[in-house]
Amino acid sequence: MTGHEITFEPDDPYHAFLTTCPRAPHGDGKLGGIAVAVKDNISTKGIETTCASKILKGYIPPYDAHVVELLRQSGAAIVGKTNMDEFGMGTTTENSAFGPTLNPYDTGRVPGGSSGGSAAAIAGGMVRMALGTDTGGSIRCPAAFCGIVGLKPTYGRVSRYGLIAYANSLEQIGPMGRTVTDVSALLEVIAGHDRRDSTSYDKPYSPAPRADISGLKIGIPQEYFGAGVDPQVAAVVTRAIGRLEECGATTVPCTIPSMEYALAAYYVTCTCEASSNLARFDGVRYGPAADTKKSWHEAYREVRQASFGTEVRRRIMLGTYALSSGYYGKYYAKAQIARENVKRDFTRIFSEVDVIAGPTMPTIAFKLREKSDPLSMYLSDILTVPANLAGIPALSVPCGKAGGMPVGLQIMGRPWEDERVIDVAYAYEQAVS
Amino acid sequence: MATEQEVRHIAELADVGINPEELGTFTHQFNAILDYFDVLDRVSGDTAVTRDLYNVMRDDIVKPSLPQKDVLANAPAQEDGFIKAPRVM
Amino acid sequence: MAEEQVIVGLEVHCQLDTKSKLFCGCSTDYRSDGPNTHVCPVCLGLPGAMPVLNKRSIEYAMRVAKALNCTVLHESEFSRKNYFYPDLDKAYQITQYDKPLAEGGYLEIEGDEGGEKRIRITRIHVEEDPGRLVHMGNAERGKYSLVDYNRAGIPLIEIVSEPDMRSPKEARKFLNKLRATLEYLSVFDSEKEGSLRVDANISIKGSERVEVKNISSYKGVEKALLFEITRQKSLLRRGQKVDRETRHYIEARGVTQSSRSKEQEHDYRYFPEPDLRPLHVQSWVEGIVLPELPDARRERFIARYGCSLNHARTLTGELRLANFFERVVAADPKGLATLADTWIADTLIGELNYRDMSIHDLAMDEKNTTGFIQLLGLVKDRKCYDKMGIDILRQMLDTVKQGRPYETPLEIMKRLGLVPLDVASGGTSPGGASLSETNPVTRAIAEVITEQPAAVEDFYKGKKGAFNFLIGQLMKKTRGCADPGELNRLLTEELQTKEV
Repeated sequence: MTGHEITFEPDDPYHAFLTTCPRAPHGDGKLGGIAVAVKDNISTKGIETTCASKILKGYIPPYDAHVVELLRQSGAAIVGKTNMDEFGMGTTTENSAFGPTLNPYDTGRVPGGSSGGSAAAIAGGMVRMALGTDTGGSIRCPAAFCGIVGLKPTYGRVSRYGLIAYANSLEQIGPMGRTVTDVSALLEVIAGHDRRDSTSYDKPYSPAPRADISGLKIGIPQEYFGAGVDPQVAAVVTRAIGRLEECGATTVPCTIPSMEYALAAYYVTCTCEASSNLARFDGVRYGPAADTKKSWHEAYREVRQASFGTEVRRRIMLGTYALSSGYYGKYYAKAQIARENVKRDFTRIFSEVDVIAGPTMPTIAFKLREKSDPLSMYLSDILTVPANLAGIPALSVPCGKAGGMPVGLQIMGRPWEDERVIDVAYAYEQAVS
Repeated sequence: MATEQEVRHIAELADVGINPEELGTFTHQFNAILDYFDVLDRVSGDTAVTRDLYNVMRDDIVKPSLPQKDVLANAPAQEDGFIKAPRVM
Repeated sequence: MAEEQVIVGLEVHCQLDTKSKLFCGCSTDYRSDGPNTHVCPVCLGLPGAMPVLNKRSIEYAMRVAKALNCTVLHESEFSRKNYFYPDLDKAYQITQYDKPLAEGGYLEIEGDEGGEKRIRITRIHVEEDPGRLVHMGNAERGKYSLVDYNRAGIPLIEIVSEPDMRSPKEARKFLNKLRATLEYLSVFDSEKEGSLRVDANISIKGSERVEVKNISSYKGVEKALLFEITRQKSLLRRGQKVDRETRHYIEARGVTQSSRSKEQEHDYRYFPEPDLRPLHVQSWVEGIVLPELPDARRERFIARYGCSLNHARTLTGELRLANFFERVVAADPKGLATLADTWIADTLIGELNYRDMSIHDLAMDEKNTTGFIQLLGLVKDRKCYDKMGIDILRQMLDTVKQGRPYETPLEIMKRLGLVPLDVASGGTSPGGASLSETNPVTRAIAEVITEQPAAVEDFYKGKKGAFNFLIGQLMKKTRGCADPGELNRLLTEELQTKEV
């Protein structure tokens, strides 16, 4: 650090930020002086970190997440913490305890979620890049809905140390940006091994996005263009894939049979893990005070009922139920087998193709309050969760519009081939610019 | 199919509480989701989760702890360096 | 009615003596520091913190597994045990569940029926200790708890036995043997407060099993089991049945108490810890070189120092005691072996127990070891007789216990005025000349004979015991400062002279 700072006082008409840092210090380096927004479930030393939950209101982490340390070292200016669905549980950013974020393309619509604040901050022109987190599509969905680029890296590529866990075995921190180049630059800073995350791998990322994709084989899974996918969205994506073919790629149809139960496996896994991860929020070590005069269960129940939103409580209960004695085998154990089957499907497909492409989301951004039924909201994650179950890299790049709203092209790759996924997106971006 | 009583029990087990007025809707939505989860009954195979990372460990080296004031900084109630918590007796 | 058979199994939790905690770099040396001074984001359960496994804790646990003849599993894994309690920072404990580190071993103890008895070990696993709670307040003004997370994350090993013990005594022996084994392996320090906790499963054959939790001392195990067995037997004798339940041992009152039913409805919802990777450490077993263990050392003590089986068992039953014995003997291998055997295994242990002290209290200051060696030297050279020696030893221990400045055995002798009486110069001449009037021993003999006419009479009547009584009186008068052999000879002579 060399003692510079930037001023950051945006209007924020979309409510992208929960916290802003009007004087954001920064140093020199690869991201020297660049304003970067950080999703509010990533710990920032000295900056309130709430996960958009009342239960963490006022919580100031005494330590930085690994990625935040890396951002600071790269000279980036951390200008604020972005809005999200509470603890990442949602697909719209409406589940924030502090009010929804609006889609900069149409303020009557959601920005997607759960990293909706980061996407809106970029799409609204407030920052060039931001960190998001992706448990079942939480980077790619808002990237698609807001017309920006977002990558969920291979599981283990980026340290999760300091990421407030929602579903540990599924989630990754990832870069979001206006362009593929920005996403690549941000990934370069945050990727790499961290001894404090036992699931982290020593796979640094050196960027050199190349637009040459001649000879690339792209798998087109039929499930990504079937029932439930808006034909308009499918058409936009099909055209985008056509552009990739024009760049020299070839397409191969394929199927992912395990998608039949992938979404169920995803929701069982993430709610089980969440029920355990969120148990620590009891108003003792941090958060709103538990009434110490009461017995502990009573005091905890009070503080948790008052401070967790409905969707969070629902998922905690689902996970508690699925792990409880007598149900473990039916839910959690089955979900893990399902996960293996998803992985195996991908391994089989990737033995024949280099990447898989399809829509990121089955529809364009929902209208505010459109998804009031929880199950129907869960179902909209169907195209993003397979990558999380398999741990493979997946990226969403804007590929046109349907009904005036942005559509995202999703590109998934083999494990550790984040580079190739980025190359394909870059090739597309170059072809259409 | 979970009954309202079971849903209440789960809320208790998870210490998240549930209001009588939300119990009906909660149970209904809970069951819709559980019904959807039943698709997992069709999953076949018995493979254990495959991993390619084992024995991730660190050496037994002492690192500095947080200063006590940082430990207590976020605690809503404290006393003589202890964190105050509800009674258990 | 045949004696009801008692069935006991133990779950023993021991803190592993690593430098840092199980999943973070915080120091385990917290006992003398203030609350919440040995915590970091990981062991405080701060949002976003992640565990990283301490390699040494696994190495230590594997040493134990090998010493207890267990099989280390090809793959083991950590799981989360979910429950709410204010001392549990994350609201789950990272432990091992369906894939423990090791399974299926045994430990040999001295059985109630004599000879060696094998207690089978079901499994060994590694887990983290929770924090510590202090209960505050009162019924009127409201009760609450205070939490200190310094202990949170200390590595524990849990050793689960099969229900192979048949009495509280066997349970105690198992525990003592286990403690000794862990100490010999240098993985555990029994002197550290709260470093061992035991849960016991107790049943009378044919009845339900009761789990007694919260036993936190070696002595407590035998007491708790005795109480619980008596309780169960008396229930059965009155024709009632034993309920399957969890009870807590209340150390202060020596009783077990039923835990409230609410607490029993635990559903721990175990699932694999997603932030840790599995262990594949079976291949490490080969490379583990075990040190000499208690049984081997016992046999060596018998062969090398001529210790009796019982003394050898006692001496090797505690690492520090065995080390102390060998230190003492090493000072004068020819002279002290026999003496040290009895003096340490009987006298010293007795005096320590009486004072509720451990060998560690004595031996942790090198001066005391030197002093003890000097004391035995004095005894050996007959500059100090047994009774005097015991007095000096008691003084040494009291000095340590009360934290007074150290004194050498000679200084203690001087302070107490314990001077070996020169029996020889006051002895009779071969010609049977009369005893010198001024010699204290002579005087003491004369006094005892005058003061105890009845006993003297009994002696002449040939009553056994009378002579010993007189010797006892004589020892008292001379404060043990006279050579007992000489006293014996002089008294005999004096009595015989009188009779003539």
